Amino acid sequence: MTINTPVALASDGRALSVLGGDLTERSLRLHLEGLSGVDAVGLEQRAADLGTRSIKTSSKAWALDRIIELIDLTTLEGADTPGKVRSLVAKALTPDASDPTTPRVAAVCVYGDMVPYAVAALGSAGINVAAVATAFPSGRASLRVKLADTADAVAAGADEIDMVIDRGAFLSGRYGQVFDDIVAVKEACRRDNGSYAHLKVILETGELNTYDNVRRASWLAILAGADFIKTSTGKVAPAATLPVTLLMLEVVRDWHRLTGERIGVKPAGGIRTSKDAIKYLVTVAETAGEEWLQPHLFRFGASSLLNDVLLQRQKITTGHYSGPDYVTVD
Amino acid sequence: MSFLEYAPAPESTAILNLKDSYGLFIDGEFVAGHGEPFATISPATEKHIAEIANADANDVDTAVRAARRAYDRTWSKLSGADRGKYLFRIARLVQERARELAVAESLDNGKPIKESRDVDIPLVAAWFFYYAGWADKLDYAGLGAAPRALGVAAQVIPWNFPLLMLAWKIAPALAAGNTVVLKPAETTPLSALLFAEILQQAELPAGVVNILTGAGDTGQALVQHPDVNKVAFTGSTAVGRAIAKSVAGTGKKLTLELGGKAANIVFDDAPIDQAIEGIVNGIFFNQGHVCCAGSRLLVQENIHDDVVERLKQRLSTLRLGDPLDKNTDIGAINSAEQLERIRELSDIGEAEGAERWTADCAIPENGFWFAPTIFDNVSTSSRIAREEIFGPVLSVLTFRTPAEAISKANNTPYGLSAGIWSDKGSKILAVADELKAGVIWANTFNRFDPASPFGGFKESGYGREGGRHGLAAYLQNSRLEPVETKGVRK
Repeated sequence: MTINTPVALASDGRALSVLGGDLTERSLRLHLEGLSGVDAVGLEQRAADLGTRSIKTSSKAWALDRIIELIDLTTLEGADTPGKVRSLVAKALTPDASDPTTPRVAAVCVYGDMVPYAVAALGSAGINVAAVATAFPSGRASLRVKLADTADAVAAGADEIDMVIDRGAFLSGRYGQVFDDIVAVKEACRRDNGSYAHLKVILETGELNTYDNVRRASWLAILAGADFIKTSTGKVAPAATLPVTLLMLEVVRDWHRLTGERIGVKPAGGIRTSKDAIKYLVTVAETAGEEWLQPHLFRFGASSLLNDVLLQRQKITTGHYSGPDYVTVD
Repeated sequence: MSFLEYAPAPESTAILNLKDSYGLFIDGEFVAGHGEPFATISPATEKHIAEIANADANDVDTAVRAARRAYDRTWSKLSGADRGKYLFRIARLVQERARELAVAESLDNGKPIKESRDVDIPLVAAWFFYYAGWADKLDYAGLGAAPRALGVAAQVIPWNFPLLMLAWKIAPALAAGNTVVLKPAETTPLSALLFAEILQQAELPAGVVNILTGAGDTGQALVQHPDVNKVAFTGSTAVGRAIAKSVAGTGKKLTLELGGKAANIVFDDAPIDQAIEGIVNGIFFNQGHVCCAGSRLLVQENIHDDVVERLKQRLSTLRLGDPLDKNTDIGAINSAEQLERIRELSDIGEAEGAERWTADCAIPENGFWFAPTIFDNVSTSSRIAREEIFGPVLSVLTFRTPAEAISKANNTPYGLSAGIWSDKGSKILAVADELKAGVIWANTFNRFDPASPFGGFKESGYGREGGRHGLAAYLQNSRLEPVETKGVRK
């Protein structure tokens, strides 16, 4: 089967330049299945080793501020309302009212129908609005619906789109279909002025189950034009883990070595403490490199993480721990 | 500021309560030695740590007699369950004092604290726990019913894993019912002396374990002492050979764990990122001061360039420096003498035409240091591919087929360990079957477990340590090897 026309348009021909001119389901499969395997024990051991690095004093203060700048502050509940979103935006704008030096988060992440409220509340603050789209979190809808979902969020002013891949298609080996979906969604991210909303592709690693699958899905998403690869929706356990994130960072490192192009990575779900988040920063720095510790190349998808970072920040400033009543609930 | 310039996070030495000088541990007490005392220094700073007693031949004799007395009067009379209780107690005390032991080990040996803390000391405790469990189950060791202890064991250990090698020797010896006279290496006596304090704390009967510090002549006097029944040695092949000669014909049982030049074989279907980690761990763990280190990298020719490039990139992120800093990956070389040997062999490698690459890292002013080094395009005949360097130096060779990999891997006088990296299980099993090495790791390297026997082929020694097999080194089969027995066996 030959992959149909959208393929040729794929993200300035990324896949074409790496896989060669005859981009077909077969060549895609050969490439993905030819990737070197992942040894689970070794990967987890390396992740655990990275987790033992000690960060002290000045590095820690820098790390805490950077973590805030890398957060996609998220609310993805069925019960979300415009009021809840405005409250989230207020928190994004002023994370810690008691300390005006606190940096702001990278983006707020909401469902598509909440985008207009987030955009209005943020004004020109320079914080991005990310929208989950493509029948998030399951992705079980027709491509037509997924594209409409995406286009709708982009039209409402979303700066970034977090799409989900079709895990069913991926697991049954229909890589071409997953590829085409991503290419089509990427096209739906196009704005009237010709620019594109940033596309984050959620692999939902908890459903892919094996590290080999995670590596293949990461390559597939990048080949199809992802700006970011993201671990999880947060709706499936396990969500982000350090070994999975390490593996995805190895893929973007290899992609950069191959093409010179930098792809972002976003672990999402389950990262709740500063201590954990710092382990992720160490892993990024020692795997892809320190230049990845920037909002356009690394994000945390999180909600409760922010308050823990704020508490740690207050501890560094004041010398003592306060408590959950000294940071705001959003 | 670079995020990766982690602020120094040194483990405090305040936890150590060291004496200015240490005596010999004989018959449950620290006593003065009769040789000229020597100093032990920190290889990272060259600073003096403590003065150490030196045992002469008379001290050796006193210690062996104490061990014999303890064997005859106490230890051989105890039930296995009671011996086990002492071993469990020692294991728990090691765990309780783990931080202190880890700091002492890193201070005296130069190895990074993350290794002494996460590998050495936990394994020491694991070894005592494991053999404590065996003490009352010797009937099931595969040596017939009621196997018997040998008597007094003379044990000489190296400086690369000071306390772990002590545990490998002492734990099975005591579990099997022997008493011990042990000599730690001259450059790393500290943790053994702290261990002697632990034995006092555990109220182990006097004389069951005696620890003699000193240099080569002390070790020689010990292994040649006529009243020892068993000699166990870990160290260089040259010394091992001399010991084997001196023990020949005496009726002493002997186990030797000697050098190695392990092949780490990376096939083109290997899980590549994990293989890189494994190569790094294989040769740069403990500064390469590991007898089973994967010092010969055999990489399939079609992925050679990729592997070497990834390896160099990974090595550039290793941190060399203060062994007591928790972020340090590569510590100090143990002694000036060892550093000299590593330099000499590296220079020879370069002169023989291998392509040298050294990680770009700052070397501290004092102390003994050698930056991680790779030699590419090494030929099988090169000295750096033949001789044990015992330092952070990796020789890279290539192969084209599994058959060539096997023949190159086996083409060494040694045969201690080997590594295989492949995602294909059948290939791993087929290759492992053909390798002449005592320990073969698949998709990992330098993993140790008390339940797994460890030992070598050919010039890497004989006998096994660890596991059920490790007991055989300290027991005799009561049916097959009749010994002069007085009275009724218990």
